[in-house]
Amino acid sequence: MSVLIYAENADGKFKKSTFEAVSYAKAIADQNNTGLTAISIGDVSSDELAALGKYGAQKVLSVTNDKLKNFVNQAYASVIAEAAKKEAATIVVLSNSFSGRGLAPRLGVKLEAGVVDGAVVLPIQTDGKFVVKKTAFSGKAFAMVELTSAVKIIALTPNSYKVVETDGTANVEEFAVEPKASDLKEIVKEIMRSTDKVSLPDAEIVVSAGRGLKGPENWGMVEELAELLGAATACSKPVSDSGWRPHSEHVGQTGISISPNLYIAIGISGAIQHLAGVSSSKVIVVINKDADAPFFKVADYGIVGDAFEVLPKLIEAVKAYKASA
Amino acid sequence: MMKILVCISNVPDTTTKITFTDNNTQFNTNGVQFVINPYDEIALARAIELTDGGKGSVTVINVGEASTEPTIRKALAIGATDAVRINAKPHDAWYVAYQIAEYVKNNPFDMILTGRESIDYNGSKVAAMLGELLNIPSVSIIKKLDVDGEQATVEREIEGGKEVLTIPLPFAAGTAEGVAEPKIPNMRGIMSARTKPLSVVEPVEVKTFSDIISYETPAPRSQVKLVAPDNTAELVDLLHTQARVI
Ligand SMILES: Cc1cc2nc3c(=O)[nH]c(=O)nc-3n(C[C@H](O)[C@H](O)[C@H](O)COP(=O)(O)OP(=O)(O)OC[C@H]3O[C@@H](n4cnc5c(N)ncnc54)[C@H](O)[C@@H]3O)c2cc1C
Ligand SMILES: Nc1ncnc2c1ncn2[C@@H]1O[C@H](COP(=O)(O)O)[C@@H](O)[C@H]1O
Repeated sequence: MSVLIYAENADGKFKKSTFEAVSYAKAIADQNNTGLTAISIGDVSSDELAALGKYGAQKVLSVTNDKLKNFVNQAYASVIAEAAKKEAATIVVLSNSFSGRGLAPRLGVKLEAGVVDGAVVLPIQTDGKFVVKKTAFSGKAFAMVELTSAVKIIALTPNSYKVVETDGTANVEEFAVEPKASDLKEIVKEIMRSTDKVSLPDAEIVVSAGRGLKGPENWGMVEELAELLGAATACSKPVSDSGWRPHSEHVGQTGISISPNLYIAIGISGAIQHLAGVSSSKVIVVINKDADAPFFKVADYGIVGDAFEVLPKLIEAVKAYKASA
Repeated sequence: MMKILVCISNVPDTTTKITFTDNNTQFNTNGVQFVINPYDEIALARAIELTDGGKGSVTVINVGEASTEPTIRKALAIGATDAVRINAKPHDAWYVAYQIAEYVKNNPFDMILTGRESIDYNGSKVAAMLGELLNIPSVSIIKKLDVDGEQATVEREIEGGKEVLTIPLPFAAGTAEGVAEPKIPNMRGIMSARTKPLSVVEPVEVKTFSDIISYETPAPRSQVKLVAPDNTAELVDLLHTQARVI
């Protein structure tokens, strides 16, 4: 047996969520006294590949086939399944990223494996059982899922497992595969990625604002604070519904669920559907002019005040803190 | 004539407070209002738009017990042509996808739409599993969907951006916001929903690979620490020294 981790890259670079997944997979390999192999698909430099060793991968399989430069769900799933068979992997780990969500279920079918998406902690392995905790009901609860299949697939929620550096090194091997034409039916025409912005699903800090900000013209303050903190921006549903902000920023039960270290909510009331998607944030700060806003009930820190007065002061305070740090 | 299949899940209304019974092993459905999964409403709305004016038909399918029929009828009222219910308790995404795939093998479709995820189990799994079971492409989270003849153009969500893809029919995809605005049933829709065909199909045998053994609710947070509005420096200091998040 062994553990296989799919090391996802973005534009040839591994992201923090990938290192989290490698660290997580390493801990699972240790739980089972076995080795960890990583598989990378696409153009990634050999230094970048070898650096996966720092997080616990002993071997890195690198797939550089030209047809697999861009993410093609079906073909990538076939390659990872092949690698899993080659390595006799009984546990396959991925990041629960947008791509990971497309891969894990296909791998599950190919490998006749149970799949846990959105895992939040290490599996509990006792009495021959293998149980993984995942978020359910859009963050309103957790489910303990027992995987009963021989092969098991786990997709890890970003920001839920700490990156662990070791002094290990990894051997990088070329893994030659030839994708089937029937796996290459989708064609990527265009990729639009804003590289200057922190991506919301894996951001450590998120600055979010709601209808209390009155209109899109007032988001300058929100963006400035986010930029100072190295944070991603988010919003409540009515804000994206009104077109003040893009849909990709909408968090909550019907938007994306996030679990950053710090979530700053400005002018958001804290409706149950909003809280569902953000309640697994480690620390929550709420700024609202209404002391009775429900959001204060789940906040760690709060300021009762007008965002138009508090936010400029908060920006100054963060600037002062950064200047002194 | 384009035939679209829309998979609909019957989920607790978003305002539901989630609690459990039987030693935290069962979801407490007592007093819970069930609705069409919000993302599935988006899939349904887009399917109706794409087939509008006699260009095709929309079948909705649900794996569920008889208690889900009001939700299925709602989908018919919104504008689906007909409906199928696979008569079983949905054990997990694999079980659901397997049952739907078996149905589709005997009743082919040009396109299969699901929601990006169900708001109860949040797996985002059914679309990709259907793709694999039927050996067709799948795109898990799409924000835009257009069809031109035998080919569709979709926008896929990626971290910090999006990708535009072309994909030949048939395929499976999970829809998110942006694909369409959910539709509200009108009076005529509600009247006609009662007489639209809803066929009930018995499930096939399938191995299971996972079981939910229990649930937990998140630990309550300690009381909020309030900081005065003119003392933002104190807040920054607390975030640095006490919470250690900046
Ligand atoms: C099916 C369904 C799904 C939903 N899913 C989601 C979801 O995923 N995510 C989501 O966010 N919502 C969702 N909602 C909507 C949700 O119920 C709330 O309506 C929404 O979250 C409210 O957004 P808000 O807090 O920005 O606006 P409001 O409720 O209008 O609150 C604005 C807040 O700003 C405060 N405020 C006003 N002016 C100021 C000021 N100058 N300074 C400081 N504070 C101020 C007010 O006190 C108030 O608390 C959903 C609703 C439904 C029915
Ligand atoms: N019991 C079900 N019957 C029909 N479709 C379902 C069922 N459960 C989930 N789906 C579909 O699969 C999508 C994703 O569900 P999930 O994988 O549970 O997040 C949902 O948005 C539905 O479109």
